[in-house]
Amino acid sequence: MAIGERALEATELARPSRLARVREWWEQEHVFGYSLIVPALALIVGLVAYPFGMAIYFSLSDYWVGSPGQFIGLRNFWEILGNEIFQQTVYNTFVFALIAVAFKTVLGVWLAMLLFRDFKFKRLIRGAVLLPWVIPTALSVLAWGWMFDSLYSVVNWTAIHLGLINPPGPNWLGLTGYAVTAVIAVNVWRGLPFFAIIVLAGLVSIPREYYEAAEVDGAGSWGRFRHVTLPLLKPVLAVVILFSTIFTFSDFNIVQVLTRGGPVNTTHLFATLAYQIGLTGGNLGQGAAVSLFLFPLLGAFVFLQLRYIRRE
Amino acid sequence: MNVGVRSRGARIRSAVFGYANMIPFIAFALFPFYYMVITSLKKDAELYNLKAVPFLIQTGVITDHYRYLFFKTEFLTWMKNSLIISVVATSVSLVIAILAGYSLARLRYRGVGTFGTAVFITYLVPPTLLFLPLSQVVVWLGISDTIWALIVTYPTFLVPFSTWLLMGYFRTIPREVEECALVDGASRMQTLCRIVLPMAVPGIVCVTLFGFTLTWNEFTYALTFVSQTANKTAVVGVTADLIRGDIYYWGSLMAGAVVASLPIVIIYVWFLDYYVSGLTAGAVKG
Repeated sequence: MAIGERALEATELARPSRLARVREWWEQEHVFGYSLIVPALALIVGLVAYPFGMAIYFSLSDYWVGSPGQFIGLRNFWEILGNEIFQQTVYNTFVFALIAVAFKTVLGVWLAMLLFRDFKFKRLIRGAVLLPWVIPTALSVLAWGWMFDSLYSVVNWTAIHLGLINPPGPNWLGLTGYAVTAVIAVNVWRGLPFFAIIVLAGLVSIPREYYEAAEVDGAGSWGRFRHVTLPLLKPVLAVVILFSTIFTFSDFNIVQVLTRGGPVNTTHLFATLAYQIGLTGGNLGQGAAVSLFLFPLLGAFVFLQLRYIRRE
Repeated sequence: MNVGVRSRGARIRSAVFGYANMIPFIAFALFPFYYMVITSLKKDAELYNLKAVPFLIQTGVITDHYRYLFFKTEFLTWMKNSLIISVVATSVSLVIAILAGYSLARLRYRGVGTFGTAVFITYLVPPTLLFLPLSQVVVWLGISDTIWALIVTYPTFLVPFSTWLLMGYFRTIPREVEECALVDGASRMQTLCRIVLPMAVPGIVCVTLFGFTLTWNEFTYALTFVSQTANKTAVVGVTADLIRGDIYYWGSLMAGAVVASLPIVIIYVWFLDYYVSGLTAGAVKG
């Protein structure tokens, strides 16, 4: 009996001390640090890194929806590179990204300069300007689709009544050159607020004294812009252009809602082509190969970005 | 005297010039929304009349398109789905991101820099790169075609983004406050919950707002992983399921776009400053 009681006592003593030891172990900085990062890391490994590995595996195999295929090496890539629609897509993507980002940069800096001044209803106007960036893109693009309607386009109506074009006006989303223009216009509309707001933050951080000094030196407003504003905005501009290029390259929503890649594939981007081949067509292998072409481009941007941050 | 008058004139001229310059930008930004709203309130006969002025409602305001939307389609189910998905995905991501962000911003251990870089790289991976393999992962998990497919996958872009944003906020809290609490005998978890979190409230609000907006607006995954009408989100439901056959019913489509944007507009109007600061912090620090 006595032994039994002893044993009981011993376990009772051991239990709190073990708990305390666990607690003490957990209080160590590195243990606590690792345990907090585990959920995020598990998510990144399981739902980002692993799917990324799968995308690479898909691209190297003959994988269709519902039928895991065999390893076929680089055949998907060769087939895609020889595919005219893919070549068209590469061309589209570069033209689209180049023109859209150029417009967003110029208009974005312009708009930021306007918003930087002191004026009435500052908050209201900033709020209005940022709105396209906040509203669900797919829905606002739907409205653009209606504005570019083949018959009742408000854009054409306005242009006709201003005497700019002859009725009935072009079918914006059905004609090759016009569809590209429409997609770029919508992309600029949607991305401009992002540019303007971030450049505005950059403008705010420029010390006033620099402008005063430039003014004393006799610089006009253009001179101040060229020699003070622009050089000091460079870091912010670099970041925002990189970000915007990534978004623009990998865009899906605008094209998918507005044109689905048409007419005659002139508005396809990597993501919409991958969607069409991989999901609508069911050829996951080739679809994955198409979307992986995004990766080296994005990788280069991320590399530049990281190097830039380190240098700062 | 003369100089004063001239400079005042110049000031007024420059102000007028500034406002005049701003008008095209504001019109460009707002017109699609204006057009969305008036289209949703117009009679079909007026919508499809080439002689009518498209900018105005000339033959009377009607609510038929909205009535059709609410009573004849699954729109309300889509709104409910969107709400559940956004709330659950944002809350889960917020908890994961608070833990990870605190760990990366404040604690010192081996590999912390590498983890930080990993989070940042994930932050820059666009969803369009991963939607094909994820569509298969979702099938294997047995949640394809349900709202769970989205609740599980949305944290993949929410967590990296939120972690990155929160790291910035945690860094602004003075270390001494935490050290005091630790010296006083609080555990690390207590310090995080009772000392650090209350001081990071603006950051948490910001992350919540952005998380909700991003999930509510998400289109690629929602279009890809869910095909059953009853399980769609509002954004995909309106974009894909209100179109019957090849015919676009613009009145009800625009009504759907208006109502499905409304939750975001309301939050946005209330918390405008958080959006601006979050946008700036997320991108400039990123």
